[in-house]
Amino acid sequence: MKAIKIAFLIVAIVFIWFAQNHFDPYAVSILNNIAIFAILALSYNLINGVAGQFSLEPNGFVAVGAYVTALFLIPADTKLDMFALEDPSAFVLAMHTSFLPALIMSGIVASILAFILSIPVFRVRGDYLAIVTLGFGFIIRIFAMNQPAMTNGALGLNDIPSNANLYWTGFITVLTFVIMLNIIYSKYGRAMKAVRDDEDAAIAMGINTFWIKTYAFMTSAFFEGVGGGLMASMLTTIAPDQFTFLLTFQLLIIIVLGGLGSMSGTILGAILVMGGTEWLRFLDQNMDIFGYNTGAHPGLRMVVFSILLIVLMLFARRGLFGNKELVDVFRRSK
Amino acid sequence: MDILTFMQQMINGISLGSMYALIAIGYTLVYGVLRLINFAHGDIMMVGAFVAYLAHASGVPFGLAVILAIIVAMVTGILTDKIAYKPLRNAPKISLLITAIGISFFLENLFNVLFGGVPRAFSAPDYLTKIMHFQGIVIPMTVVIIPVVTLVLLFIMLWILNKTKYGMAIRSLAFDIPTVKLMGINADFIIMLVFAMGSGLAAIGGIFYAVSYPSIDPLMGVIVGLKAFAAAVLGGIGSVTGAVLGGFILGFTEIVVVAFMPELGGYKDAFAFVFLILVLLFKPTGIMGQDLERSRF
Repeated sequence: MKAIKIAFLIVAIVFIWFAQNHFDPYAVSILNNIAIFAILALSYNLINGVAGQFSLEPNGFVAVGAYVTALFLIPADTKLDMFALEDPSAFVLAMHTSFLPALIMSGIVASILAFILSIPVFRVRGDYLAIVTLGFGFIIRIFAMNQPAMTNGALGLNDIPSNANLYWTGFITVLTFVIMLNIIYSKYGRAMKAVRDDEDAAIAMGINTFWIKTYAFMTSAFFEGVGGGLMASMLTTIAPDQFTFLLTFQLLIIIVLGGLGSMSGTILGAILVMGGTEWLRFLDQNMDIFGYNTGAHPGLRMVVFSILLIVLMLFARRGLFGNKELVDVFRRSK
Repeated sequence: MDILTFMQQMINGISLGSMYALIAIGYTLVYGVLRLINFAHGDIMMVGAFVAYLAHASGVPFGLAVILAIIVAMVTGILTDKIAYKPLRNAPKISLLITAIGISFFLENLFNVLFGGVPRAFSAPDYLTKIMHFQGIVIPMTVVIIPVVTLVLLFIMLWILNKTKYGMAIRSLAFDIPTVKLMGINADFIIMLVFAMGSGLAAIGGIFYAVSYPSIDPLMGVIVGLKAFAAAVLGGIGSVTGAVLGGFILGFTEIVVVAFMPELGGYKDAFAFVFLILVLLFKPTGIMGQDLERSRF
């Protein structure tokens, strides 16, 4: 058992090293994208799949993470040049660290916000989490637009130092994966599954469901913040309009396709969905079908993906992996 | 601020509140029966507004275009239920919410592909956009018509729910679906009715919205739908009167806060969620709602 896990790790590390050094830049950028979405989807699956609390927040936390990392990375004099609408506040000017502390700060800020959100939301049972977190994504965007002293408003931030390469994104993906698996198989993970499957029974077993949900939500938010930081550093430019509900929707497809509650499935889902998004690019462009030009249809890919999501839910609700992990598959065959 | 400006803002608030109220009724009806947040509701409103626009732009008289829009919205609502919700009645709640998101995203992107994402000017007939002056207050005709229509529709809804057999069936579904089926009531037909009523009202709300802010785009339903949901929760989800009350409160707050504190104007869209969070913190059942698990209309 242990041998298989170590073998997976070695394969992953060798692959990351090989890809960074020998793949062409286009392939590396796709892999970077897949890795970042895998980090986001893994953490999103913890709250949605494992703890069973349907939330729609990732675009909000990713935006928070991206802005925090960006503000920590951009040097003070660049900020003074960049902020066109209003001078940056003294606090923003003073923010400056290297990449790793910036990422960790992104995660911490996101999980503090998650804690604040969880107080009203987890007081009541039911679907309020979904609508409040959906609203949270909007509020973050409205805030980013209306606080030019901190975020440069609608203009966004650019010239973010590009620190993220495949070593960063790849290793953080592996780290997130390992941490998520450890959470799932820990006492807390079992409690989360109990809350998902039957909340009344979980309470009867002495589980403090409020804290378990909050814990899952905060952990999830932490890694979404870190993923957002990586995204900012990879793209080198961010603006409020990048963090719309579309981002959350892509993550939702990934975890539904991979299987709600399955971390290995999420990785596979991230590869398939992000690879598929790249591959289906032709749908948005001009097409010649038997000599008939269809014209460009930006957005057609998303129509395809939303149909895919509905069909998956109707006919294959368990996704590719159900709530099993790859390790479980090996375990059974032994 | 003098009394005239104040009156002006009050009138604007009533008009905005009516639109939220019309859309909130649909949320509250569906939530009351199925315990489901119909994420596609805002987009059904968008479909209604678009159909009215397209029909009117291609020469159909406005009144007929409105009726057509209501019918198309009703059919969209019923189809949404039949395709995406009905097969999952016994599935975990999370599956239903995911298909709801899927339908919502599908409608937005379908209209985006078909008609483009650029906002279009919505041209209403002159008798709707006419502006009257009364004692120095500027009153667009819409501001008078919208609240009146809303109140008439509210009373029709209350009459249907409280005085008719169908209303009784809807109210009983809110308690216990299997038992209602055993009593010989066609539960699926009643649920269809609920979606049709909610979607029709959403279409009317959407057309009002399009007439008041004369522009429509495929994403117009997202933020309005969210606000209407917040209004429904504020009023007490499951209660139709509560939904209308919540809609008016939210509409007033947005208008009044922006009028008195213009520096908060950029945050206008965030008020609904502040309300939502405050309600969840202090009175999760809302103003008119009773127990969340056993809400009545």
